[in-house]
Amino acid sequence: MPSGWSLIRLGTILVYLFMFAPVAVVVLLSFNSSQFGSFPMEGVSFRWFVELWNNDAIVRAFQTSLVLGALTSVISTTLGVLGSLAMVRYSFPGKNLIATALIAPILVPEVVLAVALLLFLGALGQPKSFVLLLAGHVIFTLPFVVLVVQARLVGVRREYEEAAMSLGAGPVQTFFQVTLPLILPAVLAGGLFAFTISFDDITGTLFWKPGGVETVPTQIFAMLRNSISPEINALGTVMIVMTVALPLLGAAAARRLSRGRGGG
Amino acid sequence: MASLDPQEKPLRPWALLSPALTAILLLLVIPVCFIAVYSFWLRTATGADIAGFHLDNWAEVLGDAFYRDILGFTIWIAFATTVICALVGYIPAYFIAMTQFRHKAYLLLLLMLPFWISYIIRTMSWINILGTSGVVNVGLQWLGLTDEPIQMLYNQWTVIIGLVHFLLPFMILNVYVSLYAIDRNLIDAARSLGSTPWQAFTEVTLPLSLPGLAAGSLLCFVLAAGTYITPLVLGGPTDAMFANLVFDAIITQLNWPLGSALSLVLLALLGVLVAVYNRFAGMGQIAKSFG
Repeated sequence: MPSGWSLIRLGTILVYLFMFAPVAVVVLLSFNSSQFGSFPMEGVSFRWFVELWNNDAIVRAFQTSLVLGALTSVISTTLGVLGSLAMVRYSFPGKNLIATALIAPILVPEVVLAVALLLFLGALGQPKSFVLLLAGHVIFTLPFVVLVVQARLVGVRREYEEAAMSLGAGPVQTFFQVTLPLILPAVLAGGLFAFTISFDDITGTLFWKPGGVETVPTQIFAMLRNSISPEINALGTVMIVMTVALPLLGAAAARRLSRGRGGG
Repeated sequence: MASLDPQEKPLRPWALLSPALTAILLLLVIPVCFIAVYSFWLRTATGADIAGFHLDNWAEVLGDAFYRDILGFTIWIAFATTVICALVGYIPAYFIAMTQFRHKAYLLLLLMLPFWISYIIRTMSWINILGTSGVVNVGLQWLGLTDEPIQMLYNQWTVIIGLVHFLLPFMILNVYVSLYAIDRNLIDAARSLGSTPWQAFTEVTLPLSLPGLAAGSLLCFVLAAGTYITPLVLGGPTDAMFANLVFDAIITQLNWPLGSALSLVLLALLGVLVAVYNRFAGMGQIAKSFG
């Protein structure tokens, strides 16, 4: 290898440091026992996590985010899987246009999507509500689900479905007994993706959320207005653990599932 | 078999698509058309809307130098972010694609992690690094290089740092996808025909990785130009970007028709970029990185 290669390796290490050092500092400082959320560390303690647990506003924000994320994930995955099946398994006129339509919500800047949805429902006399927030999250996560599920679906062979049908299974029976188990890893991946995006979203959420309702990201944002506190770092650590550990567990589970079924 | 034949069940794909398409129509297409109409309405001081065809909002948005300056500033921030992401992101993408390192799957996995770590947390994490009691200031004082903390935060450069930190994985992943697909024999051929490693890179590898570079750049530019959170968290009072204007008009001033016109300007700017990209490259390149 030429010596240029060692420079490339060094550069790579530096870029990874740039990406992860700030996050590592958040985790580190969340265990700081000092009153201020900064260096030098005075000692290791869990007091900020205890304080999070006792902070009603934060616990409520967590509940909101979890419920919102779960509902978004279920709805978005259902719509996305049905749509992806149509896109991967059938050919029909206008398919290219439909493909663009399905990813349109990420081609439009999120701010514009947020404004359009808010004002349109506002003009229909709908005040800001949890339903608006949910609708926004569903439309925004849908393209990601479609892209992930389609990518996985292409690898699922259709001979199994054809075999089931030729043996007399109806389309619905075939879907639940053959197709769904085969594409389950894709469905789970899509659902998890939708959940995480919804759980993290702030750009649209700040427009859509009704007064008094906070999700975890908007709660963090509101707390930042004062100053950075160890509590924010602790909250950040909890979120990092949730959003990183959950997908990793999910991926491991999906791999085990698909291995158990010998395909997918 | 028969029922999978598209000729026999022409309606089935539409039945499968109808829930998703209905959602997109009702929650995206019609609302965007609606704000296009709404931008010609007027908001009176009392808060009532006057329907009709008034050009006032558009005259204000397109004529006022205030809005034009902020649009220019937004383009500058997004451009700088994209260029830095391309320069900085190419290195690890190249390394991961070309390395013989046994654990390169883990390097890729690590690259995916930032996608899962909340945007707001990654943005605010820079306050811990660059703030007056952040890592850098504490370090400088400990080394005796400075006596007082230096104010490094809350300017356009910290906005750019925050955006680069947020968008770099998008760039690396897209460049990696196109670098990985390059046939190594082409590079070997160039080398055996007498080109230097640098020549082989600039004349073979780099041109072949341009699709990934273009896809990554599009994503970085569009996402950077549409942000309002990063300037609020890491920018100073004069670092407002175009999306901040939209947010202020809609949420703070409650001037919805004006906010509609402002959103449409942002949509037009980024829409033109996406359309040009789609004309020359096609959206398939971006979809590849989801595979």
